[in-house]
Amino acid sequence: MSLSVNHLLGIRGLQRQDIELIFQTADEFKAVLQRPIKKVPSLRDTTIVNLFFENSTRTRISFELAEKRLGADVVNFSASGSSVSKGETLIDTVNNILSMKVDMVVMRHSASGAPHFLSRHIDVPIVNAGDGINEHPTQALLDAFSIREKLGSVAGKKVAICGDIMHSRVALSNIYCLRQLGAEVTVVGPPTLIPKHMEAALGVNVSYDIRETLAWCDVANVLRIQLERQNTPLFSSLREYSLAYGVNRQLLDSLQKEIVVMHPGPINRGVELSSDVADSGHSIILNQVENGVAIRMAVLYLLSGKKAGKVVE
Amino acid sequence: MKTILNGTQVAITVDRLCHQLIENHLDFSQSVLIGLQPRGIYLSDRIYRTLQKLLPGVHINYGKLDITFYRDDFNTQLHVPNETTIDFSLENKKVILVDDVLYTGRTTRSALDAMLDFGRPSVVELLVLIDRRFTRQLPIQADYTGRTVDAIISEKVKVRWAERDGKDEVILE
Repeated sequence: MSLSVNHLLGIRGLQRQDIELIFQTADEFKAVLQRPIKKVPSLRDTTIVNLFFENSTRTRISFELAEKRLGADVVNFSASGSSVSKGETLIDTVNNILSMKVDMVVMRHSASGAPHFLSRHIDVPIVNAGDGINEHPTQALLDAFSIREKLGSVAGKKVAICGDIMHSRVALSNIYCLRQLGAEVTVVGPPTLIPKHMEAALGVNVSYDIRETLAWCDVANVLRIQLERQNTPLFSSLREYSLAYGVNRQLLDSLQKEIVVMHPGPINRGVELSSDVADSGHSIILNQVENGVAIRMAVLYLLSGKKAGKVVE
Repeated sequence: MKTILNGTQVAITVDRLCHQLIENHLDFSQSVLIGLQPRGIYLSDRIYRTLQKLLPGVHINYGKLDITFYRDDFNTQLHVPNETTIDFSLENKKVILVDDVLYTGRTTRSALDAMLDFGRPSVVELLVLIDRRFTRQLPIQADYTGRTVDAIISEKVKVRWAERDGKDEVILE
């Protein structure tokens, strides 16, 4: 068994077996992370650069920890304070870094497709850590992994993805991942934040009623309202959004059923998710963060092994 | 194809290895048994069960260790990991590592590395069913050996277990 891809650019290019292999590997890495010594030497001969052209807390720390726990050498790069501000192109920046003998690239970029473009010009494995409004594959993998951990499996489960679907790379990657694993997906949010033709294009249900959707689902993945990506206002105010689409204790209590609540972070507390839900027993938000390290270790381990070619059971 | 051990011989050998272990470890109060994934665990399961029969009422710490992430051939072969179950400390314990075939010694080396992440044992011993001589690439030898085999590199020693392959036997191909 081995991954069918040489880069992790998105969930879109993955087979179901790929996702299952990543989960199977992540199970063992998760066990490693529970030990007193949380480190293995698998990637001790590998140098990885984290190229972050966009802000990040969780993903960046999570990748860095995953790399260090695999024994890899890590170089961090952030666009602010680099020669990008002097006008250096993406390809020049990356080629300069690679000429210092770097073996893998983890990249976040505000332009959708930036890692795909890069993958056509360099021959080291690339892991997409989020590109614009396109995909955030490791987030989707850790979300599905967390659902599998909490509910036993992903297949057949009903998952609601709530909020700003239009600007969310997490939503798109989650849809590909959950559909590939056999879950039923409904996206819910204000009509202005849900792209047209989603049913036909992605095989998901669309709803504009949060209460109805929460009553239907087993898992609610609540997304952040991404004000920084909205050029024109798409709803009248955060307060109004919160009243119509915010997930709060009162709403959950009125449904009289157990729902697993997820959020990819960072949370706008009191906007899409209220604090009494975010910090409640329903929420697996911190489990998601914990699983993120194991998932990223699995992805890096499996991709760096691709150059090995031959795979042994 | 040549049979090195048939089913009866495997059973007798496992019995003998258990008696040798008891000779050195008596009540196993300071000793732990660790089977190496993936193939060593069939032997370690047998050893564990036989020891329990021979020493009724005695608690033996038994774990399984996966060495995938510690291999030195990561660059040439990608292995899929197996489960590691060691729910006790190895600090100051006498560890008995169990594997089916000792060949180049590289698996054992990786196991030593992996094991150290669970604590610092006082003594580490190695038990193998088959010791292939003259093929070692590292200075490692077994403390308990089922059968020593002289085989050239192109020959393969195959250990089959009833649980997985239908019957117990060791063959040379």
